[in-house]
Amino acid sequence: MTINDLYLIAPEIALASTGLIVIVLDLVLNNKRFLPVFALLGVLVSVFFTLALCADISASSNGSMIGLFSTLVVDKFAIFFKLLILSIVALVVLGSVDFVNKFEDSQGEFYGLILLSAVGMMLMAATKELISIYISVELATLPIAALAALMKTNRSSEAGLKFLLLAAVSSAFLLYGMVLVYGFTGSTYLDVIAGAVTTGAVPFGSSVMLAGIALIVVGFGFKISMVPFQMWVPDVYEGSPTPVVAFLSVASKAAAFAVILRVFYVGFGGVNVDWASMFAVLAALSMTTGNLVAMMQTNIKRLLGYSTIAQAGYILVGVAAITATTPDGGIVGLGPSGVLFYLAGYAVTNLAAFFAIIVINNHINSELISDFSGIAKRAPLLSAVIAISMISLIGIPPTVGFMGKLYLFNAAVSSGLVWLAVVGVLNSVISAYYYLRVVKTMYLGAGEPENRITYSLPVLVAVVVVVIGILVIGIVPGPLFEFTEVAVRSLFIAS
Amino acid sequence: MLTFTLFLPLVGALFILFFVNTPRTVRAVALLIALVEMVLASVVFWTVSQDGSGSFQLVEKIAWIQSLNIQYFLGVDGLSAPLILLTGLLTPCAVFASWYVEDRVKEHFFWMLTLITAVMGVFMALDLVLFFVFWELELIPMYFLISIWGTGRKEYSAMKFLIFTIAGSAFMLIGILVVFLSSGTFDMTELAGSTLTNLLIPTQLVFVLFFIAFAIKLPVWPVHTWLPDAHTDAPTAGSVILAGVLIKMGGYGLIRINVAMFPEVTREYSWVIVGLALVSVIYGAIVTLRQSDLKRLIAYSSVSHMGLVLLGIASLGAGKSAVTSVGLNGSAMQMFTHGTITGLMFLVVGQIYLRTHTRFIPDLGGLIVKMPFLCAALVVSGLASLGLPGLSGFVSEALVFLGAFHVWPWPVAVCVFGIVLTAGYILWMIQRVIFGPESGKFSEITDARLPEIVPVVLLVASILAVGLYPAVISDVFSSTLSPLISTRFG
Repeated sequence: MTINDLYLIAPEIALASTGLIVIVLDLVLNNKRFLPVFALLGVLVSVFFTLALCADISASSNGSMIGLFSTLVVDKFAIFFKLLILSIVALVVLGSVDFVNKFEDSQGEFYGLILLSAVGMMLMAATKELISIYISVELATLPIAALAALMKTNRSSEAGLKFLLLAAVSSAFLLYGMVLVYGFTGSTYLDVIAGAVTTGAVPFGSSVMLAGIALIVVGFGFKISMVPFQMWVPDVYEGSPTPVVAFLSVASKAAAFAVILRVFYVGFGGVNVDWASMFAVLAALSMTTGNLVAMMQTNIKRLLGYSTIAQAGYILVGVAAITATTPDGGIVGLGPSGVLFYLAGYAVTNLAAFFAIIVINNHINSELISDFSGIAKRAPLLSAVIAISMISLIGIPPTVGFMGKLYLFNAAVSSGLVWLAVVGVLNSVISAYYYLRVVKTMYLGAGEPENRITYSLPVLVAVVVVVIGILVIGIVPGPLFEFTEVAVRSLFIAS
Repeated sequence: MLTFTLFLPLVGALFILFFVNTPRTVRAVALLIALVEMVLASVVFWTVSQDGSGSFQLVEKIAWIQSLNIQYFLGVDGLSAPLILLTGLLTPCAVFASWYVEDRVKEHFFWMLTLITAVMGVFMALDLVLFFVFWELELIPMYFLISIWGTGRKEYSAMKFLIFTIAGSAFMLIGILVVFLSSGTFDMTELAGSTLTNLLIPTQLVFVLFFIAFAIKLPVWPVHTWLPDAHTDAPTAGSVILAGVLIKMGGYGLIRINVAMFPEVTREYSWVIVGLALVSVIYGAIVTLRQSDLKRLIAYSSVSHMGLVLLGIASLGAGKSAVTSVGLNGSAMQMFTHGTITGLMFLVVGQIYLRTHTRFIPDLGGLIVKMPFLCAALVVSGLASLGLPGLSGFVSEALVFLGAFHVWPWPVAVCVFGIVLTAGYILWMIQRVIFGPESGKFSEITDARLPEIVPVVLLVASILAVGLYPAVISDVFSSTLSPLISTRFG
């Protein structure tokens, strides 16, 4: 390990040490108010290092830097996800201050574990070697199991245990798939695997890798809550502390998609297995199942759980659209850039919904949608926030959700998957029903303007930031899209 | 100029939401904005009318999303200018119609003005994505208008409206993306001048994708069922805008996209279109005869009248003689005149309902004694609706029949019979509601107040003006439609 290697993982080191320090500080400090401040400082340092790295790779000749025995790659793709995950962490810390203050103890653990999990997620986006990928996936997952059980109630413990068991099972699938791929190609490095495939070094032809690839899909299927590996989602969402669910639903999904894109587009691009069609079918299944079941939910967290399954389906559309380019051939990899754009949009949208729901749940002590009746009178701003995020989740302009779907379905159409785009838009129609039911309950139910729901300044900041994100990216999506395009291009150059 | 006209209502809506508090000032600000908007719309119309070339005026074009070649591209031509005028005309009417709304006043005007921006945007946008954005933007305001301030099964109707429309636009989005894939552009002017080839899916299918979206909005049988519910349960202002301009978006889309971009398919399948038109006109009229709810009656009559728009489009089909623009002109005129006539009808019926608290026709009767002014207005709108010469409805219907007759003689003959049915239900309705014995229940009611008189006068004047001198509108329509027919169908 050289100094350069340390520099390459400086964002992760900063975040990990902050996480550990926060846990220790929790033991010695009496005033717990400084914990989130300290966590945010750590995120800021990490962002600083990430931006420094970004500037360096922009200046370098091939647009990426490789370290840690060639397992780590820092390119624009990794930078994109690091910044996305860091933003999510910062927002989650801000948005859950009120919630965490109610904890008797283990406040430090909350912030510390979130930071540690984020380290794993950032590494997931930046590794190009199967074993490192596996380790970073574990690092990202295990803290979440602890976080899910953090409330120490029956439901919370159950959620934690369920998450842990299913994470273990999915890891087993993932690992076995990786072993099979290694067996046929003789390497765990994605670029070497791709080289073995193109030079024909795989015995019996690359289609023998089907089993390995299928198992890897299963493993990641759990992480991104894709049908048919989604069973854990509603229970874990319902039982876990809501801020943890907010973090899990967006950050973990983003990191998992980062790995999927890198593994499949870099490692398995030339493999004679039609994994794109596999993803297309799974995408259709995910959105349809998620949306249909979501229509029957009465608990807001379960509803968002099924919604996240459906949203995973939309994002998979972009993974499946492998041949998509713009008509003039300008943008190669329209599908993956759509995935990146949608993930960022989904992050702000879902966080907005969750932040508002955290505050409201705290006050009405209920997660039933019917108990949100007339809440618009008691919390006008928060209700508007939920309404805007629901509209964004449906995909109605002028929100980022619409732009995301426009990009994804455009990628699908230009990849020849018109049927998938049709399934996608019809699913948006179905989803309109249940997302708007939430809005309807908040605005049409009878309610008293008295007993206003209050919240602290950090929460207000977090909520305002994400809502502005939804609307501004929804109206001016150009800059973000160009960033995703650059990020995806660096992925292709790396291969 | 167009940007200002487009976003003024939205800016006003946000201003009201954040800075205006008492209901009185909310109404005043909303009215001021609506009046300015009307003036702006008139100026836009006048500009296009003066130019007379039928090409796009007041064009604004800025790159919006460069990587996908999406533009912020606005412009008006002879097809959109009269519809913008119509929207501008109905905006103050809708504000006046909401004058006596007591519940959540601020929100009501916020959503109404937002809705106006969305509708204006649909008529001005010349980029398919921008068009789609405004098309969808209209959903949420209308959803809230119906579900909060409506009557009856308002939540059901609002959801039904939303699901139907969003299902239609889902198909449209696929159509847009397929067109983009083969042409590389979302520019509607460019697409309207080129022949689309090498589409990913057959051209006919793309045509159908767009057609479904617009047919739902128009609405065409058999996808019309959302309309009676939405109309009946919407508040008065909602009905006025819905009937006046929202459903015109469907007709506008059909001409702007289906006819202009897919002329061959329009020709080839005009027999399907004429069939749908026929069913809409006759079925709509027959069902209207059976209605006992005033608003539902007007709603079903809209289905029948919008069938005529479709009939005019079908006149572009392959007939024995050359295609002329008369029928298409009639379609466009029908949209304009139906907007003013039905807008007026809903306005008056809303005011009657405000006083009598019932729209059940058998419960009404003899209203002319207590409110002569409103009843006179209802009679005028009714006569215009059934196509009395001298009022605007006659002109458009005559044009449609004239244009379509030599192409589809028998279907047109049957549709003309629809006019007889229209006369039947309108006159019967007028007889039961206005004349007849006084029911005695309404001894307390009074006639229209000033905020109610103004919009009525405005709309009656426009019905008369267009009826007596139709060229003021139809010349503008034909300035764009005639070149379209001669270049694309010649």
